[in-house]
Amino acid sequence: MSTTSALPGRFTRRRLLGGLAAGGLLAGFDALLPGWAGPLAGVVRSRAPGPVEFDLTVARQRIDIAGRFAFAHTLNGTVPGPLIELHEGHEARLRVRNTLEEDTSMHWHGILLPFEMDGVPGVTFPGIRPGDTFEARFPVRQAGTYWYHSHSGLQEQSGVYGPLVIHPAGGYAQPFDRDYVVLLSDWTFEDPWAVLAKLKKVSHYYNFQEQTLPQVAAQGQWRQWLAWQQMRMSPADIADVTGHTYTYLMNGQHPAGNWTGLFRPGERVRLRFINASAMTYFNLRIPGLPMTVVQADGQDVQPVETDELQIAVAETYDVIVTPLEDRAYTVFAESMDRSGYAAGTLAPRLGMVAAVPALRKRPLRTMADMGMDHAGHGAGAATAGMDHAAMGHGAKDHPQAADPHAGHALGAVAPVDHAAMGHAPAADPHAGHPGMDRMPPAPGPRSARTGIERAAPGPVLARHGGDTHGVGNQAVAMVQRDRTAEPGTGLGEVEHRVLVYADLLARTPARDARPPTRELELHLTGHMARYMWSFDGQKFSEVHGPIAFHYGERLRLVLVNDTMMEHPIHLHGMFFELDNGAGALRPRKHTVSVKPAERLTLLVTADEPGRWAFHCHLLYHMHIGMFRVVEVA
Amino acid sequence: MAGRCFRLCGALLLAAGAAVARANGAGDVPADWPHAHEDDHPFGYFLVDRFEYRDDEGPNHLLWDAQGWYGGDYRRLWLKAEGEQPVSDSNGEAELQALYGQLVAPYWDVQAGLRYDRVFGSGRDRDRAFGVLGIQGTAPYRFETDAALFVSEDGDLSLRAEFEYELLLTQRLILQPRVEINAAAQRVRAWGIGRGINDVQLGLRLRYEIRREFAPYLGVEWTRKLGDTADIARDEGEEVSVPALVAGVRLWF
Repeated sequence: MSTTSALPGRFTRRRLLGGLAAGGLLAGFDALLPGWAGPLAGVVRSRAPGPVEFDLTVARQRIDIAGRFAFAHTLNGTVPGPLIELHEGHEARLRVRNTLEEDTSMHWHGILLPFEMDGVPGVTFPGIRPGDTFEARFPVRQAGTYWYHSHSGLQEQSGVYGPLVIHPAGGYAQPFDRDYVVLLSDWTFEDPWAVLAKLKKVSHYYNFQEQTLPQVAAQGQWRQWLAWQQMRMSPADIADVTGHTYTYLMNGQHPAGNWTGLFRPGERVRLRFINASAMTYFNLRIPGLPMTVVQADGQDVQPVETDELQIAVAETYDVIVTPLEDRAYTVFAESMDRSGYAAGTLAPRLGMVAAVPALRKRPLRTMADMGMDHAGHGAGAATAGMDHAAMGHGAKDHPQAADPHAGHALGAVAPVDHAAMGHAPAADPHAGHPGMDRMPPAPGPRSARTGIERAAPGPVLARHGGDTHGVGNQAVAMVQRDRTAEPGTGLGEVEHRVLVYADLLARTPARDARPPTRELELHLTGHMARYMWSFDGQKFSEVHGPIAFHYGERLRLVLVNDTMMEHPIHLHGMFFELDNGAGALRPRKHTVSVKPAERLTLLVTADEPGRWAFHCHLLYHMHIGMFRVVEVA
Repeated sequence: MAGRCFRLCGALLLAAGAAVARANGAGDVPADWPHAHEDDHPFGYFLVDRFEYRDDEGPNHLLWDAQGWYGGDYRRLWLKAEGEQPVSDSNGEAELQALYGQLVAPYWDVQAGLRYDRVFGSGRDRDRAFGVLGIQGTAPYRFETDAALFVSEDGDLSLRAEFEYELLLTQRLILQPRVEINAAAQRVRAWGIGRGINDVQLGLRLRYEIRREFAPYLGVEWTRKLGDTADIARDEGEEVSVPALVAGVRLWF
């Protein structure tokens, strides 16, 4: 498998181009087609480094999508929009022309730039009026896999999104022979405004995987059923919008369209997974092919091998796979609620297919998701099969082993002592772990652990205070846990390896080693039945100003998820450092998925002045209030 | 009477629609910029919970029971309509409520407004108006609850509580038990109402959601008049215990 070695960029590119030339006719065939027209789209071509000018046109038109013809918001005539490739250290001039009869906008997701270029109407600029063109011009200060999308209304749901790849100035850390973008999205033939209206009226409208009485009776789970009824919630509430209306797309192709990435056996194939969905988390796997994760949210991480990973909305993961056999492999992206999937193929030749796995049984939420106490989750988290009393009691223990999270993954139960957990402002809970900074990178890719091995709930960090966040909030997480070492919903029962946040170690230590001097705590709140979503119980329209970050300060941002579903929280303009127990090697992310009842800590260096959007990246959650502005001044 | 109702409804509409000065969470942005992600636009919902044909011991009836709301997350205008009419003649009775609702707890709206009842048909035209104070929401264990106090224009006090429950047999086949209890603080002979608990209705409907919005159903319902109200009914030669088979459709938009 791949080893960590910094190759000069030119060499990497030559190998890449060589690989494409070997594809010969097919590469040429692909180059003739605009955007995503063929099943072979998604090839990253890596032209010579330099400044890039790119023109995007937003239009409303009828296109061939998901096996039918439908009206979509297109970018240069396609959904998704074209692949934009930039080069670190050079300027980008991205022009967006609006041919719609309504305003539009374009946000460059994860990109560091002057805030006036960030593309959020009402926050960073007034929007792009019909007929107008906006130019986002900025020096490119980073590398990695990113994406772009409209930030106006619900346009993102109807097609305004595309991939953005920035090639590193110093060459790639990991060698590879082929380079593909694999962009996932969820398409509906319904008007997105009608989808939102249905959710407001009958919030379980799209859920056809509820627990039925015969199921409860067959499993003898009357007590759990009653407990959920008592709470007025449904454990089967995994996704708000499901395969009932969505067709899941991979590089713009529905499963029958079979997006295909070509390889020759033995080649190293880089897959740049981008979750450009409006509402859908995916579980990603390639049966028969382990994936080595080398990048998350555009930021290099120390290679870690896994068999499956959960990608939250708006996240990106770069993986390298090395298919050795002369056969096809299915790239399978199952929606988290298992109501559908996107799929494509890696194959030595076009037209090949491999077996497509069956959808697994939809998972159920647990009492740990509800932020319930130990007594309660014994029943709910029974699948974990762990004996709490038998587990160790050292929270955040990081032995200097090949797997620094061995202790973590066991879900050690910490004593519930708020004050003793070091959550007072300015106290870094990881200060007591010297040696992390100097830990050498592991020799080969580390390995993730299986879902079953890490299924136990993480340690309890805190309990909820008396503030229940008003009438627009349904519940609070009484017991808040560190869940960074837990697999995502539904992956606690799989027997193969699954990636968790605790597996992510940055390739290089954080540049800002200062301890935080201030702590901000925000609660993720909402009301499923009434379909209201907010921070601290307040919708965006109810707050009177931005969240203030002081320019230059080092900040600890604590997110507490009081709801029973995951929320992918995205900060524009700056990266979070995710406190997953990795010390100075905390991974940098632009979007973090906060699990139900999780207490997640992020470190931020507020070094980008301006107004930045900060929101849940589930489109309908954001639109109806789970949105804030951060002002760095 | 009806005119009075309309004027009051109009006033309620105006009050609910009055723009509240809006905060701008984006901070100090130019005044002519649009708002980012306007999260406070109104929505509307109209549910015909029961629209059914009832085969009971008297002349068969058509019954309707509908309600709807329009507004934001915290404040909504509600309309509720209920009534029945024999299929064989044009006699019947109908009730209409216009309410203003405020979300006061995560699962509960408090509602206040007016109710107007009318009995119509051959020579029986009568009407009455009420003030309404109610609470509607979801009780623990997911009992859909709608309870209200009514004060008639003559000062008579009455109460109605309805509870519905949903049991999923499959994703689309849903069994819905329903209980309704009516009570009054005094006898109102002209309307056939006695003091105390007037009646209890127990219903069980099995619906199939062809779409979420459209579900035909079959069911049974048993209405039992009690106490003083039962005595009045007996005096009038009416049944006090009425079982019924029902067939109808539940729909919303």
